[in-house]
Amino acid sequence: MNKYSLTLKDVTKTFGRRLIFKDINYQLNSGKIYGLAGKNGSGKSTLAKIISGIISPTKGSVIHHSGEKVIIEEELHDYLGFVSPYLVLYDEFTAEENLIHFSKIRGNKPDIDKIHFWLNEFNLLDRKHDILKGYSSGMKQRMKFIFALLHSPSLILLDEPTSNLDQPGKQKVYEIIKRESADNLVIIASNEESDLELCSEIIYLENFKNHE
Amino acid sequence: MKAYNLFKKDWQSELRTRYAINALAMFILVTISVILFSIGSEPISKYLTGGLLWVVIFFSAMSGLSRAFVSEEERGTTLTLQLIAKPSTIFNGKLIFNLLLVFLMNIAITFLYSVLFDSFVIANVSLFITAFIFGNIGIAVSSTIIASIISKASSKGTLYPVLSFPILLPLILTLLEITKFSIDGKSIEESFVEIAVLISYDVIMLTASYLLFDFIWKD
Repeated sequence: MNKYSLTLKDVTKTFGRRLIFKDINYQLNSGKIYGLAGKNGSGKSTLAKIISGIISPTKGSVIHHSGEKVIIEEELHDYLGFVSPYLVLYDEFTAEENLIHFSKIRGNKPDIDKIHFWLNEFNLLDRKHDILKGYSSGMKQRMKFIFALLHSPSLILLDEPTSNLDQPGKQKVYEIIKRESADNLVIIASNEESDLELCSEIIYLENFKNHE
Repeated sequence: MKAYNLFKKDWQSELRTRYAINALAMFILVTISVILFSIGSEPISKYLTGGLLWVVIFFSAMSGLSRAFVSEEERGTTLTLQLIAKPSTIFNGKLIFNLLLVFLMNIAITFLYSVLFDSFVIANVSLFITAFIFGNIGIAVSSTIIASIISKASSKGTLYPVLSFPILLPLILTLLEITKFSIDGKSIEESFVEIAVLISYDVIMLTASYLLFDFIWKD
């Protein structure tokens, strides 16, 4: 099993004078699904961005480990698969072109069989030659999952993973999340009860607002 | 190789969306036409023509070169890039894209210029080409790092020329001087100091860009 872990150490975030959360200390390990829960504005997406290295915490640190190896921030994108509502793929390219470009920019040789496997998993194989501009929001959401999973990441970070998805789409996503969590570390930031039911541990961000 | 693949993605995207090429082509045509109409049949000095060449190049660069980063920010794809590549890969990819765009743009401008302006006669072509190559590299590097800074700002259009002017001024002044020398037919040896300044500018901007980009790229 691929042992991936991350440690949140005194993670605090403020925007100006507004405190989002304070002193989050947590250890997350692969083989489990963790949830980040809290009402709107509680900082779920902010914590997801901090974990993914997109923004820095105001105080504290996030340490990523793959086995014994400490992952430096510059290399994190090789280990991370990220799905979020604010992630946008290239509308002017087809689904297949998008995935080929992403593989090449990551420095990998595009694996067409693997691309077709994931497109088939998310029912997009017959639309692989269509540009993303013509995709529905649900189809774009499924493309984001393929973008996140194509490079076999060890850390899968899902911010509102089922937004825009219909019931069969949600069921497919849940099935894939359960399958991927066997070997990887999965974190779900969501308010949806059905999303959080998958999680073995949930971090409620309201608990980290004020605790002087 | 990763940076080259990013450049290929950007170039393919540019050919489909015409985000920068159309803006640049229109700007070049309009600016040269305005200069031609304003001069009319009046004879102008060869030095003034040389100066106007770099004015056209400077403003054309202002109109198109910020697109490398601004288009990603406007379309919301910046996060996608952050998730697939290191900052240095992103900078290198965008720099290759801007280098190609600057060279294509400036070759087109210089060609149109030499066809349309009779007084634009270069006596020492090799000196002009040397200045042209190092000047284009300087413009591409400066424009790329400035574009990355302004792409995060809300008033991108205003900020780009405001930031570019002081940064590109030493480069443009040196290029004006070397262009004057090449019109006069001075040798490369005689223009050694100006060429050294030009190369130093490129090296300084490139080094500063690599040092700064990590901080700019991350919010």
